[in-house]
Amino acid sequence: MKAFTYQRADSVAHAAAGSVRPGAKIIAGGTNLLDLMKLQIETPSQIIDINRLPLDKIEETPDGGLRIGTLVRNSDLAADPRVRQRYGVLSRALLAGASAQLRNKATTGGNLLQRTRCYYFYDITKPCNKRNPGSGCAALAGFNRIHAILGTSDYCIATHPSDMAVAMRALDAKVETVNPEGNTKIIPIAEFQRLPGKTPEIETSLKPGEIITAVTLPPPPPGVQVYRKVRDRASYAFALVSVAAIVDSTRGRISSARLAFGGLAHRPWRSAQAEQGLANAPANTATFNTAANAVLEGARGFGGNDFKIPLTRRTLHSVLAEMTRA
Amino acid sequence: MDEHKSNTEPAPLEVTRRTVIETGTTALLLTTLPRAAFAAGPVDGNEPPLSPVKVELQVNGRSHSLTLDPRTTLLDALREHLALTGSKKGCDHGQCGACTVLIEGRRINSCLTLAAMHDGQSITTIEGLAWGDDLHPLQAAFVEHDGFQCGYCTSGQICSAVGMLAESQQGMPSYVTSDLTQPAAELTDAEIRERMSGNICRCAAYPNIVAAIKQAAGMPT
Repeated sequence: MKAFTYQRADSVAHAAAGSVRPGAKIIAGGTNLLDLMKLQIETPSQIIDINRLPLDKIEETPDGGLRIGTLVRNSDLAADPRVRQRYGVLSRALLAGASAQLRNKATTGGNLLQRTRCYYFYDITKPCNKRNPGSGCAALAGFNRIHAILGTSDYCIATHPSDMAVAMRALDAKVETVNPEGNTKIIPIAEFQRLPGKTPEIETSLKPGEIITAVTLPPPPPGVQVYRKVRDRASYAFALVSVAAIVDSTRGRISSARLAFGGLAHRPWRSAQAEQGLANAPANTATFNTAANAVLEGARGFGGNDFKIPLTRRTLHSVLAEMTRA
Repeated sequence: MDEHKSNTEPAPLEVTRRTVIETGTTALLLTTLPRAAFAAGPVDGNEPPLSPVKVELQVNGRSHSLTLDPRTTLLDALREHLALTGSKKGCDHGQCGACTVLIEGRRINSCLTLAAMHDGQSITTIEGLAWGDDLHPLQAAFVEHDGFQCGYCTSGQICSAVGMLAESQQGMPSYVTSDLTQPAAELTDAEIRERMSGNICRCAAYPNIVAAIKQAAGMPT
């Protein structure tokens, strides 16, 4: 690790003001940041510890949703009775991620801000536009089994590794932030995470000094909630493909559906066209095929990850069939 | 005569691996900062000057005041500064679980956290589980069921299992829990394996680890 100074924030304002300084980084759980610092992928000169701030509560909102403080640990969020009862897809997604030790430490805000696990982002001897803008992308013609098939660019084909964010995308969560001037902002999760484009180093819509204080969930949509994760081993592995699905159906007819995918893109992926195609449609193979076609429109493999195209199709079929079984 | 003998012939000195490590660590404590900086990685010429942090760690019921390089992970603080070498450094990236300790009763990877972040908190390591010569039930069960071969992952496995059984008793669910709306999941073999997946054993002693945990949890093995 490069040398840094360590400071404990005594207020949110203090943390936001401190984090705007060049070289400053906020630390919460630290499970991703310290990993990257040990490899000198992240080299902050100042660390601001926000763990003692009172941002670790889960509260009911007036509209029947939940407001999750940014420091709520992944394990506590997954185990919260309200989340288990009303947002099962979120609980399942959290429990599908990492290990128990990491979930005990990792936070809600930190989970959203974690970096890709692209091999070339992690290998500082290789070109990577995300780590070193302008250096190129070694994954395009490299080992790209785990990489994106949707929303890619010639600059970056990395995926976002979070499971939690995929469920939050399906739930239309909102990210609450505060800036050094004390102004708060509410950012829909769809606009929070970005596609790589020509600037894969810019991963979110956060401005310098703007820090996450909470994530809010609107009231749960009607229907059954499922999180299906396909990975190389049964536990403690990142998703090759995952789907967060919320489907409302009766007697073989779907009234509404929401689908968010992980492992496919630089951010959780949703297709409005696929969801519209499922609304008021019979739950059968033809309908599922149409939905899969819509999700995979424009999908492109890079050699090692070509298998993700049929795998996404099959995973979606399996999930929809299971959820609409009369 | 006896006195004379004892002066010329030193009493047999028991040298164990632990005394060697402790002696080494004491020597190291005399030069804490340079050694800590070394442990934290190479230093390059244009880095900001080091400003050490003062940390009070409550480890296994004892309070320790330390002045540390801010880069010092909790694992390095335990091993290099407090001579508590039971917590192991396997991957040093949170992937193997050998460094698992309990903070306020909850299991975490001590390699992926800074010691400075745990000022004033209660930390339990493998060294703090037994009561004198009475092993913790999980330690005894690991011995009885051969829950290890080389033993390198064992202290992490045992600390993790202590945390896991507490989580299970608190009704925390896992990925394989079939019904999330029920308050407590029964601790089946599948539940134990899923909940312990953050602890890798390259000797693959997994069946015996599961058996040891079941015994300590009071279940039929």
